[in-house]
Amino acid sequence: MKNCEYQQIDARALGTPASSFQPCTEMKVPRLRRKWEVFPGKNRFYCDGRIILARQSGILPLTLGLIVVTSVLFFAFDCPFLVTHLTVCIPVIGGVLFLFVVISLLQTSLTDPGILPRALPDEAADIEKQIYTSGSSMYRPPPRTKEILINQQVVKLKYCFTCKMFRPPRTSHCSLCDNCVERFDHHCPWVGNCVGKRNYRFFYSFIVSLSFHTSFIFGCVVTHLTLRTYEVILLHQKESPARYPFHIICFFSIWSVLGLSGFHTYLVASNLTTNEDIKGSWSSKRGAEDSGNPYTYNSIFINCCATLCGPMPPSLIDRRGFLPPDDIPPVAAADLELSSFLAKNDTNMVGMPSSGHTS
Amino acid sequence: MAETHILQDLQHQAAIASKVYVQRDYNSGTICKFQTKFPSELESRVDKQQFEETMQTLNNLYAEAEKIGGKSYLEGCLACMTAYTIFLCMETHYEKVLKKIARFIKEQNEKIYAPLGLLLTDPIERGLRVVEITIFEDRSIGFGR
Repeated sequence: MKNCEYQQIDARALGTPASSFQPCTEMKVPRLRRKWEVFPGKNRFYCDGRIILARQSGILPLTLGLIVVTSVLFFAFDCPFLVTHLTVCIPVIGGVLFLFVVISLLQTSLTDPGILPRALPDEAADIEKQIYTSGSSMYRPPPRTKEILINQQVVKLKYCFTCKMFRPPRTSHCSLCDNCVERFDHHCPWVGNCVGKRNYRFFYSFIVSLSFHTSFIFGCVVTHLTLRTYEVILLHQKESPARYPFHIICFFSIWSVLGLSGFHTYLVASNLTTNEDIKGSWSSKRGAEDSGNPYTYNSIFINCCATLCGPMPPSLIDRRGFLPPDDIPPVAAADLELSSFLAKNDTNMVGMPSSGHTS
Repeated sequence: MAETHILQDLQHQAAIASKVYVQRDYNSGTICKFQTKFPSELESRVDKQQFEETMQTLNNLYAEAEKIGGKSYLEGCLACMTAYTIFLCMETHYEKVLKKIARFIKEQNEKIYAPLGLLLTDPIERGLRVVEITIFEDRSIGFGR
């Protein structure tokens, strides 16, 4: 046991984990900042870091607007007619589906998709030291790739120059959000966020429930029009064509949403991401197995369960954690120096694929 | 309480000599697993067996967190049926295991690594990328290299 002199420890100087941290209210200490305030990626934060959005919200307002307006018109014009002529279940089912769609959409947009925090300077230096062994005094950028074996398949890990680390498998750097995202699927402008490991299940439930919702509305509208046509012919009543444009939007959007749902169902069943499918990462490997995908469980059921019902991974960026007050965060400091360097060398930047795949 | 003083005194009095990073092991896929290979910088500090045991236990805990089985399916299906709103009020299985991991690392630090002048950082604080081991050079008792 060491013979130590006990000294009053200032807890803030230790940089203890955020969860056990309480903000101090001494007079000369400035307000403690949370980690989201110095987050280096292009994201926006609301509610003191609880909600995260991409820098550009894309056409999320349009998506929400279209869904809400179409649904409201459905409830206002088609439901009264159908309730009297058919059953009261129609607005109930419609309401449940509408809620599901909106909740899934908001969860997809406002959740951290699986952003990987950037490497701290010490860590980045250690990685460079490990791979740069020749001992020359000239600085050479680290090699772009590292090969590893996953389930007897060779997988290349790329080095991300922005995040200063070798990207884990299935991770890609989104240029729109300026973050590495785990299990990167695509950046969806309709949803205004990347779709990655943490929010893929929300995205999938959004497009599936939206398919059901639009099909349901379309079915009800066709039923309404059919019944109404009979009434018009038999009872000489007036028609109101004002809401037809929305029905046409509904009709066309059904096919694109259904198609997208079908495509993502295929991806889920084969444990692929849109990114891998588009790049054809595993399709060139033809052999005894149907695909060279090393991540598949070779069973549709297990693939679906693993992707959609697997354990919910935590957010790695710790948005609401507190920063130690003494020093500016090392990542931000490094980025301030490096951002000008990187800006100058933008054309030489490798390891940043154009990940703006949209749905 | 007395044991936490050891950690605090270590950080307060000692200077950081260097940091060793144990990287992730992706040979089994994308699951969270760290390399158990013993870093050469720690040879003079800690017993190889002890270190490998710590890393293996850590890997087992992460495997438990990410295990796909009956319980996780149940949690996933229940969440799906409630439009995932249940995550707002309930702590997920993964989060529960992460707390267990945090306690394990704290206990390992207090019992084994702090007396040797080392400190393990919880990987979640590094985005589950690395296990950072800080090697302290403690001047007060001539501990350093």
